[in-house]
Amino acid sequence: VCSTLEGGGPGPGTPELCKRLRQGDSEDGAVDWRQLPEEILLQIFQYLPLLDRAFASQVCRGWNQTFHMPELWRCFEFELNQPASSYLKATHPDLIKQIIKRHSNHLQYVSFKVDSSTESAEAACDILSQLVNCSLKTLGLISTARPSFMELPKSHFISALTVVFVNSKSLSSLKIDDTPVDDPSLKVLVANNSDTLKLLKMSSCPHVSPAGILCVADQCHGLRELALNYHLLSDELLLALSSERHVHLEHLRIDVVSENPGQQFHSIKKSSWDAMVRHSPKFNLVMYFFLYEDEFGPFFRDEVPVTHLYFGRSVSKEVLGRVGLTCPRLVELVVCANGLRPLDEELIRIAERCRQLSAIGLGECEVSCSAFVEFVKMCGGRLTQLSIMEEVLVPDNKYGPDDIHWEVSKHLGRVWFPDMMPTW
Amino acid sequence: MVVNTIHWFRKGLRLHDNPSLRDSIIRADTLRCVYILDPWFAGSSNVGINRWRFLLQCLEDLDASLRKLNSRLFVIRGQPTDVFPRLFKEWKITRLSYEYDSEPFGKDRDAAIKKLATEAGVEVFVRISHTLYDLDKIIELNGGQSPLTYKRFQMLISRMDLVEIPAETITAVVMGKCATPVSDDHDDKFGVPSLEELGFETDGLSSAVWPGGETEALTRLERHLERKAWVANFERPRMNANSLLASPTGLSPYLRFGCLSCRLFHFKLTDLYRKVKKNCVPPLSLYGQLLWREFFYMTATNNPHFDKMEFNPICVQIPWDRNPEALAKWSEGRTGFPWIDAIMTQLRQEGWIHHLARHAVACFLTRGDLWISWEEGMKVFEELLLDADWSVNAGSWMWLSCSSFFQQFFHCYCPVGFGRRTDPNGDYIRHYLPILRGFPAKFIYDPWNAPESVQKIAKCIIGVHYPKPMVNHAEASRINIERMKQIYQQLSCYRGLGLLATVPSNATNNGDGNGAGPSSGDNTQESTHITGKPTSALSYSSYNSSLEMSDNAESFCCNLGVSKCFHQPNPLHVKYIPKILEIMQTSPQSNGVDDGSV
Repeated sequence: VCSTLEGGGPGPGTPELCKRLRQGDSEDGAVDWRQLPEEILLQIFQYLPLLDRAFASQVCRGWNQTFHMPELWRCFEFELNQPASSYLKATHPDLIKQIIKRHSNHLQYVSFKVDSSTESAEAACDILSQLVNCSLKTLGLISTARPSFMELPKSHFISALTVVFVNSKSLSSLKIDDTPVDDPSLKVLVANNSDTLKLLKMSSCPHVSPAGILCVADQCHGLRELALNYHLLSDELLLALSSERHVHLEHLRIDVVSENPGQQFHSIKKSSWDAMVRHSPKFNLVMYFFLYEDEFGPFFRDEVPVTHLYFGRSVSKEVLGRVGLTCPRLVELVVCANGLRPLDEELIRIAERCRQLSAIGLGECEVSCSAFVEFVKMCGGRLTQLSIMEEVLVPDNKYGPDDIHWEVSKHLGRVWFPDMMPTW
Repeated sequence: MVVNTIHWFRKGLRLHDNPSLRDSIIRADTLRCVYILDPWFAGSSNVGINRWRFLLQCLEDLDASLRKLNSRLFVIRGQPTDVFPRLFKEWKITRLSYEYDSEPFGKDRDAAIKKLATEAGVEVFVRISHTLYDLDKIIELNGGQSPLTYKRFQMLISRMDLVEIPAETITAVVMGKCATPVSDDHDDKFGVPSLEELGFETDGLSSAVWPGGETEALTRLERHLERKAWVANFERPRMNANSLLASPTGLSPYLRFGCLSCRLFHFKLTDLYRKVKKNCVPPLSLYGQLLWREFFYMTATNNPHFDKMEFNPICVQIPWDRNPEALAKWSEGRTGFPWIDAIMTQLRQEGWIHHLARHAVACFLTRGDLWISWEEGMKVFEELLLDADWSVNAGSWMWLSCSSFFQQFFHCYCPVGFGRRTDPNGDYIRHYLPILRGFPAKFIYDPWNAPESVQKIAKCIIGVHYPKPMVNHAEASRINIERMKQIYQQLSCYRGLGLLATVPSNATNNGDGNGAGPSSGDNTQESTHITGKPTSALSYSSYNSSLEMSDNAESFCCNLGVSKCFHQPNPLHVKYIPKILEIMQTSPQSNGVDDGSV
């Protein structure tokens, strides 16, 4: 045990401690483990998974007491699965009952992982409604497959969620993506937790309106991380996040999703983005696009401070060309698919203009080998992530498929190969 | 002493490059080649009609070839452990030969038979000829562990000795004085059964697009090489609409059943390349198809859980959805996405689809759209796909669903766009889904977007004559990429914002030089990636905090799955819960022993 204190090798205080333990010796020189101070035992228990801890707690009364100390019950992840809809095991219902009975007021960091069945989502709400004595700091509602929270009656979900909002009063981190949360419940959140809220993830919450999220930004001045869908983004929101009273924003994640082909999207003024950058010069803007090729009209016309860009469907050569011109802060670019016209010029332009670029991923695209080598040369060692599917690189008269990786490795300063898929 | 030998055909259904058979014949007085139809053998229960037909055609072909050598094939029904002791006695067998089977169940079965043989005083000849290399030697070269990235595998291959040249074909000369006692009622007792005899309905069964047998395999090999020589270009051909159709030079089913020796194919490819490219050293990519097959055999050989997610130490535990209805739609080609449905229709009708078509449907089923387990897809392929055997099928499915081998999961094959880019005119769709023939190229991949007038002219109303799309692809891919990201982040402890860095192998960008094995000397060691420290016990998921991130992408695989080391039980496994409950329910005062004993 001595050597596992602090999780590392023997620490400076360890020899003395071991000596102290040995002072309570019995004649044969054995160590009396009952003398192990509770704080030390607690620390050790913190490294053990629940099952091992439970076994350890059976050793003696003292160790059992430590097992039930509040510090060990701060975090819990409830896994709610039904055999009909999941292969994974669920947290046993009796275990859940015990935790609520004995430790609900100790819980601070709680997450719910639910499968695609409505029963699992209901079970999560059931637990939430019982967390009356809890002062949660973190709450995460995570759908591991189809979003089952969306299938619940909205009022049922909202009332369970507001139990936590009202009782916690010190929520710092909230993940409620893919849930039927609405504007009124956000108001309740804000009324009780505006001083403490730092992180809010609510992508794909269709019942929230831009006004609803604006309310959060206006009141929760400590908000540092925000994730939402594009339809909730407005100039007012960005200005609220850049107001003097607001802390520096760290991450803003925006999902741009098309419901129907030909959907129109509003645009955000360049001045709003500029205000954001002025207020929070280091903030990361993560944008995930799931649009049809012809829906990119309002995007990438003016400079936008995006740092991480993902195109989840196919994106046209033209739009990628615009990306090069309008995204000077770009750090990561991932393109799922483009098509069969080579992206040579577009990539070179991105290498020229996006001087912070350190990660690029290309799926179903085409780039000539020479242009790719040029791109890598220009970016050099700053490319820490280079994930290119093998078929992307089109051999030309300078490079063939077998020597391209050496050329690229040379310019990167490390061994590199393209990503491969089985050709069986 | 009289030597009576049995050669046991399982795979390796050929007379060329069959070293175990060849060695068996040496100084043997009699030879009997047997094939045991074992319906209870793991993996063979889920086999569709095309696969049975192919197998029976292979057996017919073998029988015909053996006839030319005054011998015959003996087809025997039953389980090997029952059949062999009987045969050893009846035929006074002193020698047994078979081709080495690297798959875990095969190894177990063969160990049992070897034991029976030894007990009966029968000497056993086993030779490797289903794979290019001795797989155990590759594993040994990698320090005793199976390499888990294709790149590392290729590096090891390049350091192995050359592939052995194919053994000489069994001819009358090779047979020499060795004879086969054939009874008059041989056909009744040991003849190759027909599909009907096996209980299949053959009314309306169209002729085989892929006819089985060694003869056909060798013909195709010649054609395949001719085409390569004529093109004088050994690069991977660009994908086009034609590639989707069954090719007369396609070889994968023949390699799987062993009608074609992989070593012969390797040898001939090398030979041809040297001739055409004037003695240049052939690059590894020349053997791409063969090496992928080899890779999967190798990663599977020591892993009996290879075809499952649970307890499989190299498989990421992903919370797939259980949805039999959705699975059936995919399997039967009723998804409402013509590209997917056409591919699944071709698969069911003919037994083969192009590898990119496989990527498309596998992605759609798993991480792309339906979020259904790869194990389900694997079972459907096992039933329908001629070249699917245990190792390669399971391995491919894990790869395509990003469940292992460190695949980047960002690239998603769009069930509309990918098809459209491959075959813009849509002829492939029209061929396999005649109901959609009337749609113009503009709408054939997404017919639900076609105006009603177009649907009327095509005589196909979506939702009536052809299903509506079963998912919204944009929504599904948005949700699924988020899921994959969550899962990989939890494993790699990466807390940054990058999508690519979430997958740990990308840290070394497939440069596997940072392996712990002795063979890693050549490659540069690099850790350009911010490795997350294990999160403290007070973090979000306390009981997963024991997962540690190591720089070595290879050893990372030991940490996949909920338990840190494989072979350790999942703490939330139902069998351990009563223990935890018991502990929680006892109040501190009355707990157990109070004498302080440990």
